[in-house]
Amino acid sequence: MSLFLDKMAGGPRKILVTGHFGSGKTEFSVSLSFALSKLMRDTRCSAGIGAAAASGSITLKESKLALADLDIENPYFRSRERQDDLRAAGVSVYSDPFGGRNGSELQTIDARILAPIEDEDTRIIIDTGGDRSGAMILNQFSRHFHDDYQLLSVVNCNRPGTDTVEKAAEQIKAAEEATGLKFTGLISNAHFIRFTTPEDVIAGYEFTKQVGEVTGLPVLCACAMESVVAELEAMKSRSDAAIDPCMEVFPIGMYMRDTYLDKQVLMSGAPGVSKEPSP
Amino acid sequence: MSKVLMKGNEAFAEAAIRGGCKCYFGYPITPQNEVPEYMSHELPKAGGAFIQAESELAAINMAYGAAAAGGRVFISTSSPGLALMQEGIGFICSCEVPLVAMNVSRGGPGVGGIQPGQADYFQVTRGGYNGDCRIPVFAPANIQESVDLIYECFDIAEKYRNPVIIFADGMLGQMMEPVELPPKKEIASAEQIAKEKPWAITGTDHHEGRNVVYSLRLQPDVLESHVNHMFEKYAEAEKELVRYKTQKLDDAEIVFVAFGTMSRICAEAIEILEEKGVKAGLIRPISLWPFPKAAFDEIGPKTKVVISTELSMGQMIEDVKMAAAGRWPVKLINRTGGIVPSSIEVAERALKALEEVKA
Repeated sequence: MSLFLDKMAGGPRKILVTGHFGSGKTEFSVSLSFALSKLMRDTRCSAGIGAAAASGSITLKESKLALADLDIENPYFRSRERQDDLRAAGVSVYSDPFGGRNGSELQTIDARILAPIEDEDTRIIIDTGGDRSGAMILNQFSRHFHDDYQLLSVVNCNRPGTDTVEKAAEQIKAAEEATGLKFTGLISNAHFIRFTTPEDVIAGYEFTKQVGEVTGLPVLCACAMESVVAELEAMKSRSDAAIDPCMEVFPIGMYMRDTYLDKQVLMSGAPGVSKEPSP
Repeated sequence: MSKVLMKGNEAFAEAAIRGGCKCYFGYPITPQNEVPEYMSHELPKAGGAFIQAESELAAINMAYGAAAAGGRVFISTSSPGLALMQEGIGFICSCEVPLVAMNVSRGGPGVGGIQPGQADYFQVTRGGYNGDCRIPVFAPANIQESVDLIYECFDIAEKYRNPVIIFADGMLGQMMEPVELPPKKEIASAEQIAKEKPWAITGTDHHEGRNVVYSLRLQPDVLESHVNHMFEKYAEAEKELVRYKTQKLDDAEIVFVAFGTMSRICAEAIEILEEKGVKAGLIRPISLWPFPKAAFDEIGPKTKVVISTELSMGQMIEDVKMAAAGRWPVKLINRTGGIVPSSIEVAERALKALEEVKA
């Protein structure tokens, strides 16, 4: 059973996702939304017929699921861009007053976001903007959290702003100061987009553990692109692999990144007049 | 050299710092805001100077002054901001001072929107400035290439004593990719500038004579002579700065011509077309001026149609038609307003264009 998913599905129902600018909060938030929506469907299916065996006994406490995109810093690559897919999966999406469809970066949020925050029967994931400034938006809702929240920090050691334990810990401290909220866990999300290797994931987890030692926060999972999850699981089963058996891998999708952005044929280096080899 | 994961705009700024940028002047405009933000906290640490100007008009004229003093100067903006800078850019061309300018472009005209666009093709290759001048323009397709180009373009700008523009659409500014950053070049000292740039306004230092940077030339013969001199430089640039990449041209029925983000979409569209049994290839101009006409000579004998693929209503297509020189029919596949087409849409429209020319 996934301890991480169990915590996300059964722990405090308001899941607040923060992190350094570019740490991968949005990809994590969207992936978590889809994972919880699957649990929600499985829970519904299994209701009345005994245990929720399909999900390894993890069930969602609430009957509804919502994602609030509170990123008012970035103009592109925001979770609202995937709202149609999320809604189709049963996730309500809240963002700006225009339904997240006017292509703006207006610093406004939909007042209706309070509804899922206050509704005891809705589990809500709140995706914020990056850094201290992005996390600050949580301030206006803090009185509605009533200590019934999980405040997560997504850590990517490949980002220049969090590439040392000290810098990563400082970023977490700054977010706490900005929000007045207390972090409850760390999410390791060491990646290089599609160039991510299992070794990157393992190194990132070890790095995040060190951040956890400094901050006193548990590392809840190591995010890994679906393409390397199987390899990581195989490595975990080998006795000689240098991998922490406690590392729980959370498969993460590439929902925010269109496939054309990873066409290798054009990934050239220094410019010059030349033909590129056919793939 | 280790890789780091960077957002495009951050990487553009870091590349300029590593290229020896001494001064940056900018004004916030989406989708390039992370460039001035990054510069504001990182350039001073590197020994350079950051100033947030009160407008793009101020920024370009601050850049003009700093560049005239011989320092390496970098500016960035987005489409409407570049429009505001056009007068200054013309002056800088006339005065022959080097400058590297970044346009992280969005949809237009006017204020337009903030989603990615390439409708500044005319603006960057033809300019909105007055008079006879040209500006080398490079259009990277990924963040690594952007970094490499920015780093190199300081040298190009200094060699030609002319502005150079890096034209990246908003998608490149906002996306993230792993990059390898080049080594940092030291910011040139006043002594180095005085020695290496004898034209720069560095003070007379008790010597006789002085440098003057100016664009006013009232006597027609003097102005004509100056413009002819500038065009001798541009003729050399047209030989030296042509850059492009090609892919699968030998047996392609369809040849896409695309730059920046659109070239990556075309690369995926080529795979989709292959699955349908249609061979397609790609010419990716990296230099938009000078436009890589020579690339079209590499097109194979099976090509039926050349397709200019753009995030605009058809601007590059004028250069494509001139380069094609009547050898193939030229069609347009485009979206505008900030809409980025899917590779599936591009492939379907390319098939339709092929059917039309075969009919």
